[in-house]
Amino acid sequence: MRVEVAGENALILYLGEHGEAGVANRVEQAARLLKQELGECLIDLVPSYASVLVVFDMFRCDHLRVRQGINKIKGLLSDESSEQGRIVTLPVFYGTEAGADLEQLARNAELTTDEVIQIHQAGEYRVYAIGFAPGFAYLGDVDERIAAPRLSTPRQRVPRGAVGIADRQTAIYPAVSPGGWNLIGRCPQRMFDPDAQPTMPVQVGDRVRFEAISRDDFFALGGSLDDA
Amino acid sequence: MTHNTANTSGFLVRQPGLMTLIQDAGRFGQHGIGLTCGGPLDAEAFSWANRLCGNNEGVTALEVSFGGLTLEAQVATRIAVTGAELPLKINGQEQELWRSHAVNAGDLIELGYATNGCRAYLAVAGGFDVPHSFGSAATVSRESVGGLNGGKLEPNDFLPCAEASANGCLLLAEDHRPAYGKNAHLRVILGYQKQAFSDLQIARFFTSEYETTDRSDRMGYRLNGPEIKPAIDGILSEGICHGAIQVPADGQPIILLNDRQTIGGYPKLGSVLSLDTAKLAQLTPGSTITFEAVTIDDAHNLNLLTKRRNAVIEPQAC
Repeated sequence: MRVEVAGENALILYLGEHGEAGVANRVEQAARLLKQELGECLIDLVPSYASVLVVFDMFRCDHLRVRQGINKIKGLLSDESSEQGRIVTLPVFYGTEAGADLEQLARNAELTTDEVIQIHQAGEYRVYAIGFAPGFAYLGDVDERIAAPRLSTPRQRVPRGAVGIADRQTAIYPAVSPGGWNLIGRCPQRMFDPDAQPTMPVQVGDRVRFEAISRDDFFALGGSLDDA
Repeated sequence: MTHNTANTSGFLVRQPGLMTLIQDAGRFGQHGIGLTCGGPLDAEAFSWANRLCGNNEGVTALEVSFGGLTLEAQVATRIAVTGAELPLKINGQEQELWRSHAVNAGDLIELGYATNGCRAYLAVAGGFDVPHSFGSAATVSRESVGGLNGGKLEPNDFLPCAEASANGCLLLAEDHRPAYGKNAHLRVILGYQKQAFSDLQIARFFTSEYETTDRSDRMGYRLNGPEIKPAIDGILSEGICHGAIQVPADGQPIILLNDRQTIGGYPKLGSVLSLDTAKLAQLTPGSTITFEAVTIDDAHNLNLLTKRRNAVIEPQAC
């Protein structure tokens, strides 16, 4: 583990390299333990693939106090998953109607569209990070056979609920936004709803599975194929 | 969410100006769902606007970028405008910045366009009564979160606030008012991927002049100057703190501010002190920037000293 200064009131912990065994478990544990350990020193935490940004209240605690807290939890981190981790199943209406890039992606991968859907659906994905936009969860890792680089020209408007692939990551767009991920389907469930409790169906460390649903089920679950 | 909607006194937005945003101290503890901080770009001028109205420092007020705001009072209260130099008129009469003014129902409050600096703050006694989203009233347009409807003020928006006494005029003595100009010296703590920048690159960064560009907004300020090249193109996405200096492939630094994305994958050299991002946010395009390295201990000391110094400055009665 390595600690670097990030800013006047922020330190960043590096817990290994992405893809290294156990690093995502250490990130999840470090974030949880630091929340308890730092208490009112803490302003916010940003867990990501292999790091945790710790933002602290410099008028209460200096960086030495925060480093002390980090040292204290260091020995408690293990590569093993501390809990079974929640498994969240999200419905997806796959297909060319809902996923504008499915055919192209299948062609490039030398697979049929059904095979792409099958492979995407067979995976269990970890929530590595949340960012980019409110409720945008980075899920990984996507099977290499269907991994695809971002579009060379990003779309101005990706619809809410669009399910995309970028390299070995997959995600659901929580709101209309510009974006360059390859779209393969649409999820009817809101990924970010300010009025819901909780606001998001997933959090960092959860595991996500996708379940293919029919067009009818998609509409029955409140989905829409509009551009919004 | 509890909110008193019974409040029918307040201010009517006649003209919203180029970009006027409802802000409080900012939104904290919400990075876990991807929400950024928001809050005033110039926290010093913002807190003075509040203090001159007799408020606590983080009370909900307006950030007026570049100017052009016209409000009609539908309440008797006190207001104060601080920050960028711009003409302030109440019922056509020119009024002083950095002091509070009594206003009455029917009064017209006009902020002209900034001639020096570019962020002005308008506070009202008791603050604007705007519902909180995720613990804060701060508007972040990119996220459509906060404010009245997640965006900048629009014509005919109504800003509720309670009535307040005309008494209690306060002003900040001229000696204590910040001076805005066309240059700023920013203090930087090296950190993050600093080891990915060679000694030569770092020396170039600290001995060169950079210019602010028009590709600057509440997310970040893009600078133009000698290229700084890290030895790596990108990094695994990680958390970005306030003031972080991100260096994309073109070697031109971007200083990330209040509305930054919470995670990102560009190498970062370190971060600018918040005391200094406040100065940066007052600069117009084409202004000159220089940098100086400080340690995190220096940064703690400077912040504590400034807080202490500001606390002992008492606004004067007027």
